[in-house]
Parts: sequence; C-alpha cells; structure tokens
Amino acid sequence: MLRLAGVHVHYGPIHALRGIDLSVRVGEVVTLIGANGAGKSTLLMSLFGQPRISSGSIVFDGEDISRLPTHLIARRDISLVPEGRRVFPRMTVLENLLMGAATADADHRETELARMYALFPVLRERLQQRAGTLSGGEQQMLAIARGLMARPKLLLLDEPSLGLAPLYIKKIFHTLRELNEEHGVTILLVEQNAHHALRVAHRGYVLQHGRIVMSGSGRDLLASAEVRAAYLEGGQRSAPC
Amino acid sequence: MALALQQLINGLTLGAVYGLIAIGYTMVYGIIGMINFAHGDIYMVSAFIAVTGFTLLAAFGVHSVALALFVVLALAVLFTSVYGWAVERVAYRPLRGSARLVPLISSIGMSIFLQNLVQLTQGARVKPIPPMITGGVDLLTVDGFTARLSYSQILIVLVTVALLAAFTWLIQRTSFGRRQRACEQDRTMTALLGIDVDRTISLTFMLGAALAAVAGVLVTMYYGVIDFYIGFVAGIKAFTAAVLGGIGSLPGAMLGGLIIGLIEAFWSNYLSAEYKDVATFSILILVLLFRPSGLLGRPEVEKV
Repeated sequence: MLRLAGVHVHYGPIHALRGIDLSVRVGEVVTLIGANGAGKSTLLMSLFGQPRISSGSIVFDGEDISRLPTHLIARRDISLVPEGRRVFPRMTVLENLLMGAATADADHRETELARMYALFPVLRERLQQRAGTLSGGEQQMLAIARGLMARPKLLLLDEPSLGLAPLYIKKIFHTLRELNEEHGVTILLVEQNAHHALRVAHRGYVLQHGRIVMSGSGRDLLASAEVRAAYLEGGQRSAPC
Repeated sequence: MALALQQLINGLTLGAVYGLIAIGYTMVYGIIGMINFAHGDIYMVSAFIAVTGFTLLAAFGVHSVALALFVVLALAVLFTSVYGWAVERVAYRPLRGSARLVPLISSIGMSIFLQNLVQLTQGARVKPIPPMITGGVDLLTVDGFTARLSYSQILIVLVTVALLAAFTWLIQRTSFGRRQRACEQDRTMTALLGIDVDRTISLTFMLGAALAAVAGVLVTMYYGVIDFYIGFVAGIKAFTAAVLGGIGSLPGAMLGGLIIGLIEAFWSNYLSAEYKDVATFSILILVLLFRPSGLLGRPEVEKV
C-alpha cells in the first residue's frame, strides 16, 4: 500500500533521513519507533511533501506521490494525525471535524460524523466547544477523528500518546486496534512509547539518526535485547495495556 | 447640538467606508500575516472604475440612479477582484516563505505601481462626477443650523451593514469560511487536510478587494471627486482602523473604522480641519505603543 525506497531528506545542511526503505501492507499496523530527533516526524511529514524528499520514491496505492502538492496528496486515501495534534484551537469541535472532510460531499460528512460520535462519544458532548479548550486527551481524540473524517485507507499517527494521562493512552491504543480490526484501517504509527506501540503493531521499524537500524514483527522487537535496552527499560516505562 | 449631531452622522458615514476597506487589511493579515499596502490603491482603482462607469452610463442615456449604481457596483467588484487576485499572484505568492519584511516591501512597490499606472492612463487631474443622489432628511434645527441626513449617507450605511452581515455569515457559517479560518490558524495543517491553501489565500484577496471596491464606488458617489492619490490616504487610515480594532479581527476592523471616522469628523469641526490626519495617525502611534493587539484583537503570542 505504501512503499518508501531510498528516501533522503535534507533540512538545509542537516541530512535528516538517510536512505529509508519502508513498506506498509494493506490491513497492517506498522510502528516506527526511535528516540527524539531520530527523524520520525520528518519521515511522516515528508510523505506529504513537507519537506520535499531530496531523492528516493514514495509510492502509495501504485502511484508515486513524492512530487505532488501537499493538498493533493491529502486527497488520496491517506490521513495524517500530526505531532502535537494541531487541532484548530479557535474553531469548534464540530468545525474541526468538518474540516477533516472539507473536500467530501454532504452525505459522506453526515455518515462519518455519525461514525465519529460512536467511536468518540466525548466529542459529541462538546460539539460547540472551542477545540482549544479541550483537554490534551480530548484534543488527541479530536485530531484522530478529524483524520478519519476523510475515510482514509491509511492513517498515519505521530506520537498520539505524547503528554497524555495513562487512561487516555490506554483509550487511544484501544481505539487504534479497533480501527484496524473492525474498520479495516491500515495504520502507520510513530511512537516514543515503544512498549505500547510494539504491542499493538504487527510489524515495527527502529529509526536511529535517520536510518532504519532494525525491523521485524512487533513481538520480536519487543523481545529484542537492543530495543529493550534502548527504548524500554532505559526509556519510558508505562503500565501495560 | 445640531452641529454635533451632524458630525455624528458624517463620522459614521466616513467610518463605514474606512471599515469596509479595513476588513481587507485585517483578513489578509489574518491569513498570511502581512500588511497589504497596495490595498488602498485597489480602492482607488475602484473609484476610477466608478467614475468611468457612471460617465459612460450617463452618456448612453441611463438615468435611473438605482440601475447605474447597481451596474457600476457589479463592474467595480468584478474588476477589482481580478486586481486583487493578480496583485497576490504577481507580487506576494512568489515571495511566500521568505522573511516577513519582503512581501511588505513588495506591497509598497505594488502600491506605487498602481498609483502611477492610474496617473499615466487616467491623468493626474482631479476627476469630478455630478452629484447622483441629492436630497435628504432634515433632522434638527438649533440656532439656524440644520442637521441633515442625506440619502447618500443612508445608502452608505445601509450597504455597509448589509455587506457586513453577509460577510460575517460567509466567514462563520460556510465551508469557505471554515477553510479561511483554518488557514489563519494553521496553514500546513489545512493543506494536510486536502485544502488548496493558495486558492484560499487568492479568494481572501479577492474578497478584500471586492469590499474595497464597494467602498470606492460609494465614496465616488458621496464626494463626487477623486484622484489617483486617494488610495494612499484612505488606505493608511483604514489600516489605522484595522490596527485600532485589533488586526486580524473582523468586528474590530469595523469598530476601528467607525471610531476613526467619528474622531475625524469631530476633530475637523471643533479643532482644526487641516490637522485631522494628525489625529488619526496619533491614534495609530498610541495604539501601537500601548495596546498593539488593538481593542478586539488577541495577543500575538498564543498558547496552543
């Protein structure tokens, strides 16, 4: 479904991604873990041409999207829930959701709104509230719901658990699993919270200094001594799901 | 008493016009964070379209004021929207992503270009048109002075109120308005949701220009004389209005416009007509010094 081959990204003199090969198949949950500054967010944003890749190819659904304008990439069946949520703070929850399906027709919008209310009942209670006044966990749910409004086949998430209370983290990973298993959404998940991410993922990649240094099934990576040392025991520890 | 009432009426009329122009400044600032100094000249271009339009219609024997006004408004809105679009496309879009000062300088260049273009093609002399709407209502007479509300003033205020209502509806209630506000808050995120940000910015410029066009037609009709330089002064005053109201805020732009209009009217009458511009620009300096976010604006730094 998504295939990156030899992707390099430069930020001025900084060589942020150094030859990334990565693929996501239909129906999978794939996670990308790595420390701060490894290039995880850069990788997700570069899928949308922000920044443009300097070499390599990004193929989504059989089409090379690496040269398309950002908004046209977003009109393919691919949605990004970016780092820091980036909900529109001075718009209401409902308006934020509608923005997620801004290019769709009215039927589509109504269907998806109903589905989002079922997935995230808390949003329905806050429809007319400004998004900036929601709690972090609620904002994250809104960001995910906004991403889903376009009815994507592939959902990209950048650190959805960052800064959230354990209860919300649990809820969000539960929702991701539900989306994958019951709604058939393919997921690429970037996380520092390696423990949760690897448990929910079928496969994982480990990114270090702009290179993929390890890949394998979620279970294998979870058991790997190197991953444990670098991202689990030494890193954040959190309660199991 | 009657004199004060008269100044109140004059001030509100003038303020409505400033407010219409100020909305263009404030919207453009909201969406791309730049002051479009060529905006006042768009208003001036519209005034010239109005003079040409009214003169031509009169030559063709159109004597219905309502019809002439409608046709000229439509023409002015159409042409200046294209101007607004072209200015953005030529002078600002290629500079997107450069330092903040660069498009600002470009807009000053655009302003000078438009002034000279009109001066060259239309001549430097003042252009008059005969008064179109005469008459009015006498409100109050005290000590031989009669406060009078003219029909053209009523028209200006009515048109402004109607436009403001339509505009608020457009921004608050429609899908275009949502996109526009989304671009204001986070342009990258808006693009990530599949929205063509460049197109939204172009439309914003066109809308701002359309409002300035209406102001240009109304002023031509009201004062009856224009020249190629009116855009500069009106532009700076409308800019002051936008800053006073809080740049980025639509109601703020209108409120700022009304306040500036009233101050000018009262200042000219009770203090000195020659120094009325001093009053306006002193306000600009005071606001920038003591309350840079304006009356209804929000502070620049915002925790998100």
